[in-house]
Amino acid sequence: MGIVAETSKSSKYTRPIFAWAVGLLFFFPIFWMVLTSFKTDADAVKPENLIFFTPTLENYLNMTANYDYWRFAQNSVITSVFATLFALVVGIPCAYAMAFNPSRATKDVLMWMLSTKMLPAAAVLYPMTFLMKGLGLFDTKFVIILVLCLINLPIVIWMLFTYFKEIPKDIIEAAQMDGVNTWGEVREILVPLAWGGIVSTALLCFIFCWNEAYWTVRLTTTDAATLSKLIEGNRAPEGLFFGRLSAVSAAAVGPIVVLGWFCQKQLVQGLTFGAVK
Amino acid sequence: MGQIVLNSVTKSFGDAQVIPPLDLTIEDGEFAVFVGPSGCGKSTLLRLIAGLEETTSGVISIDGTEVTQVPPSKRGLAMVFQSYALYPHMTVRKNIAFPMRMAKMSQADIDQKVEAAATSLNLVDYLDKKPGQLSGGQRQRVAIGRAIVREPAAFLFDEPLSNLDAALRVGMRMEILELHKKLNTTMIYVTHDQVEAMTMADKIVVLRAGNIEQVGSPLELYRNPRNLFVAGFIGSPTMNLIKGAAASSHGADTIGVRPEHISVSATEGTWTGTVGVSEHLGSDTFFHVHGTGLAESITVRAGGEVDFKYGETIHLTPRDDTVHRFGADGLRL
Repeated sequence: MGIVAETSKSSKYTRPIFAWAVGLLFFFPIFWMVLTSFKTDADAVKPENLIFFTPTLENYLNMTANYDYWRFAQNSVITSVFATLFALVVGIPCAYAMAFNPSRATKDVLMWMLSTKMLPAAAVLYPMTFLMKGLGLFDTKFVIILVLCLINLPIVIWMLFTYFKEIPKDIIEAAQMDGVNTWGEVREILVPLAWGGIVSTALLCFIFCWNEAYWTVRLTTTDAATLSKLIEGNRAPEGLFFGRLSAVSAAAVGPIVVLGWFCQKQLVQGLTFGAVK
Repeated sequence: MGQIVLNSVTKSFGDAQVIPPLDLTIEDGEFAVFVGPSGCGKSTLLRLIAGLEETTSGVISIDGTEVTQVPPSKRGLAMVFQSYALYPHMTVRKNIAFPMRMAKMSQADIDQKVEAAATSLNLVDYLDKKPGQLSGGQRQRVAIGRAIVREPAAFLFDEPLSNLDAALRVGMRMEILELHKKLNTTMIYVTHDQVEAMTMADKIVVLRAGNIEQVGSPLELYRNPRNLFVAGFIGSPTMNLIKGAAASSHGADTIGVRPEHISVSATEGTWTGTVGVSEHLGSDTFFHVHGTGLAESITVRAGGEVDFKYGETIHLTPRDDTVHRFGADGLRL
């Protein structure tokens, strides 16, 4: 008894301390970035102004006035939303088929999908760039949506598959006996029962799309450029302007951090896999 | 109407044939029970009829119409699952209404039928609850309600009472029988419990390894088991199967004597043994008799007032007219 009580007592303090330490460690760069975004470019590199400085909104005002922040933000929203929607439209039927009508190849197909995530993106950079230029699709939202959708599809299908697997097959079969066709099964049974999982999947997919930089930077110039491109574009040839760069970065990650904050519960659920009760 | 005919139906999973060619007819309005040990293919057979499994070959027809390739949603059958398979995100009302909503019936008709089903199944107070808030028995009633409102050609029950406790099971058994009498619709009921089969069925289909061992009324199976498997499976406690000299004297390889067809005496009888464990049920007493030289143990059923102590000598006399004789191939002689 005594030993048990003592162990739990010590873990009562050590665990939260450890968790806070890890949390702060991860949060610190973001905090520092936000702090720097309120400094002038000159202040940002002065050691004496590391903590104490005169805050300014100059970087933010500059960003909206000179760099057309809102157009980049709009592109980010449009490409992320549509890529997520398409990934779900393709992913839900796909995961449904594999979860409820598995064939002998299902496992291999799942592994193959995952293996595409192991392919280094750089390996297909040139073929993709030339292909898109050849097709006249370079720097279009369509291509960005397509690419974002495809690179996230394996994760989307895997996650949905895991959620759907938790729905007892009996319930789907009961619906079939009750006179429901396949579309009805998805609409009436699958989506309502796996709703939590679908939302978590959509959120994660959206976040991945928003944060994607490799392709969005390389397949766009201006028309379809997203916030990642805006950040990248602020690496001026004259050197790094930390204040300005921090403001752009903070404005780029801001929306997703806020979204993540409000959807914590779904995200945790999504990342730990366990939806249907 | 709901006559169901299976013609040379087979089912294989990969290379494993679970249902060898099988013919079976279930008449309209009949209460048929598929019974057999677990893994005998009885659930698979039910799922083939439901359309939830595709037949490998053969023909299934309902009311003379071939349905072998028809999806389950179009076969006009209703199924009650062992796990109840209620829709957890819908209230009881919506669960029961679901098949009607899918059939695009008018809301007024749906409401009326839900009310009627809920009244007959004692579910009125639970209509707005979710399945998660109900007990096992109530859930099973909702599942039955959902099946009734479809007015199916036949009801399929897949071990519907296995998840209920013993007392509830007996009650639900009666309710299902009551329902059958009232609706007079074909019902196919799968169970591994031979008592359920005996008490409910018009027709019992005994299955082993996908093969039909015997089809008949409960009493036919009890009185004239076609082979050793059926003899041992039907009846509780199970039939005593005796080999050796006692069997030879009846001109058989094995003889079967039911516990209720053996009389006991403290002084004289054909066979002599010692009393082992006895089970007192009040109305009856079952004695397990050892050392008769016939079989490891002979079970005897005597009246509740008969009392033999553990280790006492007991004399047994089988009623000759009730001895079942089986040949070396296991078939009835």
